[in-house]
Amino acid sequence: MRNFSCFDILGPVMVGPSSSHTAGAVRLGRLARAIAGGLPKEVKILLHGSFSQTYRGHGTDLALIGGLLGFETDDVRIRDSFEIAKQQGLIFQLVPTNLGEGFHPNSVKFLITTVDGEKLSITGASVGGGNVVITHINDDEIELKGDLPALITTHRDIPGVISQVCGILAGHNINIAFMRVFRKEKRKLAHMVVETDEKVEPDVLEEILKIETVENVRAIEPV
Amino acid sequence: MCFYSVKELIEEAEKRAVAISTVAKEMEAENQEVSLAEIEQRMLKQWLVMKEAAKAGLKEPKKSMGGLIGGEGKLLEEYRLKNRTLAGHMINKAVSRALAVAEVNASMGKIVAAPTAGSCGILPGVLLTVQEELCLSDEKIADGLFTASAFGIIIAQKASISGAEGGCQAECGAAGAMAGAALVELAGGTPSQAGEACAFVLKNILGLVCDPVAGLVEVPCAKRNAMGAALALVAADMALAGIKSVIPVDEVIEAMGEVGCALPESLRETAKGGLAATATGRMLAKRFLFQGETS
Ligand code: SF4
Repeated sequence: MRNFSCFDILGPVMVGPSSSHTAGAVRLGRLARAIAGGLPKEVKILLHGSFSQTYRGHGTDLALIGGLLGFETDDVRIRDSFEIAKQQGLIFQLVPTNLGEGFHPNSVKFLITTVDGEKLSITGASVGGGNVVITHINDDEIELKGDLPALITTHRDIPGVISQVCGILAGHNINIAFMRVFRKEKRKLAHMVVETDEKVEPDVLEEILKIETVENVRAIEPV
Repeated sequence: MCFYSVKELIEEAEKRAVAISTVAKEMEAENQEVSLAEIEQRMLKQWLVMKEAAKAGLKEPKKSMGGLIGGEGKLLEEYRLKNRTLAGHMINKAVSRALAVAEVNASMGKIVAAPTAGSCGILPGVLLTVQEELCLSDEKIADGLFTASAFGIIIAQKASISGAEGGCQAECGAAGAMAGAALVELAGGTPSQAGEACAFVLKNILGLVCDPVAGLVEVPCAKRNAMGAALALVAADMALAGIKSVIPVDEVIEAMGEVGCALPESLRETAKGGLAATATGRMLAKRFLFQGETS
C-alpha cells in the first residue's frame, strides 16, 4: 500500500482548473522547452483525444504555452501566456488532431523549430494527477517523466557506449536512479534516457559528447 | 510511522492525550525526515494560499474558462449580509467561500488541491469561516489541515481520492469528510468525535457520481463544493453533540471504496453520464469543440 504524505493530500499549489489538463499540460510544455534547449522560435502544437476537445475550458492551450515560457504550475501568469508568448516573439499554433491508435487520451505533440533552426518533434501525455511522460522525440520512442534530472543521448547502438556514459557519470559522483535504452533497429541510432539523483553540469555533458559514438546529448532539468 | 485506519489514528491520539493534528504532523516530520517546525511552516504556506484564493474569489469573481460559472460565491455573500438566511449565518458564510475558491480554480487562479483541484473549495470554505467566527490563528487552522490530511491519507489508502477512480464521493466527499474532522478538532471536540464527523459526511455523499458537464471542472463541481462545506459543518455539530455513527468510520470508508469500484465508467469523470449526459449538458459540451488558436 502506498504511503501518502500530508502534502499529497493538501497539495499541490497550482493554477486551476485541472491537475491533468492544466498542471500536467504546464509540465509537458516545460519538458518540451527543456528538450529544445530554451524557448523555441516557432511551435505547432497538435492536441489529441480529450486534450483536443476540452482544451479551452481547462486552459490546456494556455498551460502548454505557459510551460514553453518556463512558467511553474502555480504561476498566475499562465492565464495570460498567449499575450506573453507574443511579446517574447514565440510564433505558435494549436491544432486539434488525431495522433492515431495507441496514444494516451491526453496526448500532445510539439513540432518545434528552435532558435538555432533545429527541427524537433516531441510527444507526451498527461497521465493523471499532474504526472506526465514524454513518449517520443522525433518519433523515436523514449520515456521521460521529468521528476528527476535526466540525460537523453542519441548514439550509435554498438557495444560499450552505455558503460562509457555510466563511467563518466560515476567519475563525477552522479548517481543513476533509472536508466533505459530505446532503439528502433539493431546497430542503428538509439537513445538512452538516464535519470539521475544529482544535476548533470555542462562539463559532464561535454565529456559525454566526446565519446565518438554519441551524436547528441541533452540535459533535462526536473519540472 | 503511518496509519491504515481511523481507529489506529484515534487510539494513538487518545492514548497520548494529544490532538490528531499532533499525531499527523509528527508522522509527517518523521517520514520526511525534517523538523516539526519545517512541516508546520509548509502547512501554513498551503493555508495562506487557500485563504488568499477565498478572499480573491469573493472580492473579484472572474468568469470561468468554460464560461459556465463565476460570481456565485459573491452573490451568496451579498445575500447573506443583507438577509436573515434560512440555513444560518455560518453555513452560508462557508458555502460562499467554498464557491469562491471553486470559481478561482475554474478561472485559472491559484489554489491548493484539497484533495483535488475539483474539490479545492471545501476546506478553505469551512476553515476560513471557523477562523473568523472562533477567532483562531493561522497556525491553529494549519493544525486543522493536518487533521484533515490524516483523514485524507486513510481515505486515499482504503478507498480513493480521485473522481476518475471513485466518482465525486472520492473528491467532494473526501474533502467534506476531512473538513468535518478538522472542524471538530478546531471546535474542541475529541479525536473520536472527529472520526464520527468524517463518517457522517461520507455516509451522506456515498455514491455521488462524477459527471462534469463538457468534461470541465465547473458544473456541477462548484456547487458540490458548496454542499460539501455545508455537510461538513452539520456533521461536525452532530458529532460534537455526541451522536455516533452506527457503522464505524473505517467501514464507511471501505464501503465508499467499494461503491466507487462499482460505479460504471460513464460516471467516473468521463463526462458520458449523469448531468453531463443531460440534454443541456450535451448542448453545452458541443460549444467547446476545438477551434484552434494561432499567434
Ligand atoms: S464532479 Fe467530478 S470533476 Fe467535478 S468535483 Fe466532483 S469528482 Fe471532481
